[in-house]
Amino acid sequence: MTALPSETMQTSRAAGIPFILKKAFLSALVALVLFSLMIGIRTEAGSDGQLTYWTRFGDLASIVGIVFGGSIVIELLRQWLGPTGAEKLVPPAVQRGLSRAGRLLAPALLIFALLVPVIFYNQRYILDLAILVLTYVMLGWGLNVVVGLAGLLDLGYVAFYAVGAYSYALLATNFGWSFWICLPLAGILAAFWGVMLGFPVLRLRGDYLAIVTLAFGEIIRLVIINWQDLTGGPNGVSGIPRPTLFGIPLDNSDDGLAAKLGIEFSATHRIIFLFYLILALALLTNWVTIRLRRLPIGRAWEALREDEVACRALGINTTTTKLTAFATGAMFGGFAGAFFATRQGFISPESFTFQESALVLAIVVLGGMGSQLGVALAALAMIGGFELFRGLETYRMLVFGMAMVLIMIWRPRGLIGHRAPTVYLTKAQAISSDLVKEGHG
Amino acid sequence: MSGGRILNVDRLTMRFGGIVAVQDLSFSAEQRKVTALIGPNGAGKTTVFNCITGFYKPTGGAIRLTHDDGRTIALERLNDFRIARQAKVARTFQNIRLFPGMTALENLMVAQHNTLMRASGFTFLGLIGAPTYRSAEKSAIDLATAWLKRVGLLDRADDAAGNLAYGDQRRLEIARAMCTEPALLCLDEPAAGLNARESAALSELLLSIRDEHGTSILLIEHDMSVVMEISDHIVVMDHGVKIAEGTPREVRDDPRVIAAYLGADEEEAMAVMESGS
Repeated sequence: MTALPSETMQTSRAAGIPFILKKAFLSALVALVLFSLMIGIRTEAGSDGQLTYWTRFGDLASIVGIVFGGSIVIELLRQWLGPTGAEKLVPPAVQRGLSRAGRLLAPALLIFALLVPVIFYNQRYILDLAILVLTYVMLGWGLNVVVGLAGLLDLGYVAFYAVGAYSYALLATNFGWSFWICLPLAGILAAFWGVMLGFPVLRLRGDYLAIVTLAFGEIIRLVIINWQDLTGGPNGVSGIPRPTLFGIPLDNSDDGLAAKLGIEFSATHRIIFLFYLILALALLTNWVTIRLRRLPIGRAWEALREDEVACRALGINTTTTKLTAFATGAMFGGFAGAFFATRQGFISPESFTFQESALVLAIVVLGGMGSQLGVALAALAMIGGFELFRGLETYRMLVFGMAMVLIMIWRPRGLIGHRAPTVYLTKAQAISSDLVKEGHG
Repeated sequence: MSGGRILNVDRLTMRFGGIVAVQDLSFSAEQRKVTALIGPNGAGKTTVFNCITGFYKPTGGAIRLTHDDGRTIALERLNDFRIARQAKVARTFQNIRLFPGMTALENLMVAQHNTLMRASGFTFLGLIGAPTYRSAEKSAIDLATAWLKRVGLLDRADDAAGNLAYGDQRRLEIARAMCTEPALLCLDEPAAGLNARESAALSELLLSIRDEHGTSILLIEHDMSVVMEISDHIVVMDHGVKIAEGTPREVRDDPRVIAAYLGADEEEAMAVMESGS
């Protein structure tokens, strides 16, 4: 009896060898076809402008060989590890320890964030990077409402960021309104455009919704480029006023904060002020989102992600539920945009390309859709990690991309894959990501 | 117990392109009674359900819902979510449609969305933690707890709905529908996939819903033991038309019904009918 399982193992492995070789051969063939022109033949313009070329068959052969060998290694590894997910390889004791550490992680991160300007007081680079990370944390939290909670795939989130930024820039430069008046206005205007986008896409789901939101993001950008009278077109808006501490400017004038406090002026004061400003805005976003999740509207968003038909059968107005999700997410995007404008002092359409939308969406997906902590960690990893690889120069994107692929293989549902219930009777237990829907609408 | 009619379906017709799924169907359901809609597969029962609950817009005919207070609502003119909200019609689905990633308790909280939404001042009062909302939420949790206890799922309240056993999911879906405090509860094959013991428990639950809450029940079911035990009135459909109706006893002995279920062709059915009469 005991011999039987090992025997079947042997036969399955023996049957695997031709399969592995066939797979490796096919991969090598694809590599050969692909690289024969890309690597095998090198073309260059000669001294008289004619085309010269030479062959590099040695390089080609080594690349194809690497692909062949690599394919065998990967297939063997896959057989050894078996079909189980990598997540299950972690022993339960370690998982418990991790979850305990996870509970402490959020407060620890918050305390660290509050202390960043103290620790890195004189390191302008780190402070700037921290502000950038927090901006993306805020954008990620804003998009998380739409994508993570309501399950509406939005590829045009940068549109609301742009609306917020231009709202503040234009209101402040044309009417001289202060940042604290413009900030809510920027949020309201962005929310308005969120609803405007929401209406036509109410009936769309999944891929179709993604395409239309993508187009919406591009439309906003193109309007900004072409509406020269209002937005300055490709030249952007410059001379955007810096934020003031309730009317006290942070400069080295006689009315400045430094003069009033009787301390020596330093340019760092403004950076630190901006840091705490974005931290406060991000924490506001977080607080509101956590609150909303526990309110009927938040539960309706999540129910909408889980099953729209069941929502309708329970008397939930799915139209307004979707529109409020779009509006709430867009409003936070607008706040972040206004902050971006006041920090930069200059904005142009170049800052609001599709790449920004993709980056914010990647943060939400990497973080684990719906998880606030996950999104914050992902923003830190994506923006901070990208800076970390700066030393690698040319290979930076390559290494970064590979790191992303590995993380998504390791944790397909994001860094924090489980969902915390919004209400409980006896004890809150995390819900496994396998059960939580990703949303198709 | 008044014997008024809660639901009146009059010459309901539903066409999908050239296919007539339901043709000139008329029946009514009485208040505080269990009305069953039965028939072979493909008879159009679920289509009737979808018309009543607003998922389909009927091609023709009228569906009238009369509440206790005499208010009459034309269901064919209301669209989807308003039927549940204003007309107080709740439904379950043939293939269970819970929110699998939310806990059992959360599922029942979502069902009380409209009540809680008003209490939360459309989110604004709730956001600042107004006491009126807190008490409303507490009573919503109490209602949900009561229903969880009723369907025997109290100890699973904090488990994800998707993790519950099949029979538990069926009962949770009924509890969720009941949390909307409906006047008419429409159940689409609630006993499908349940074993004999679970079916018996389901029958008991449905009868208690009828007797204690005064909720009228409209039921599609293939499990004849459940249908015959709890139905006060049975409507039999085949190929989109009503072929018989009456009490369980009447229907059971009706030759047309037997013929429809045995799959006899028309001539044979006529023969059966004649021999029966």
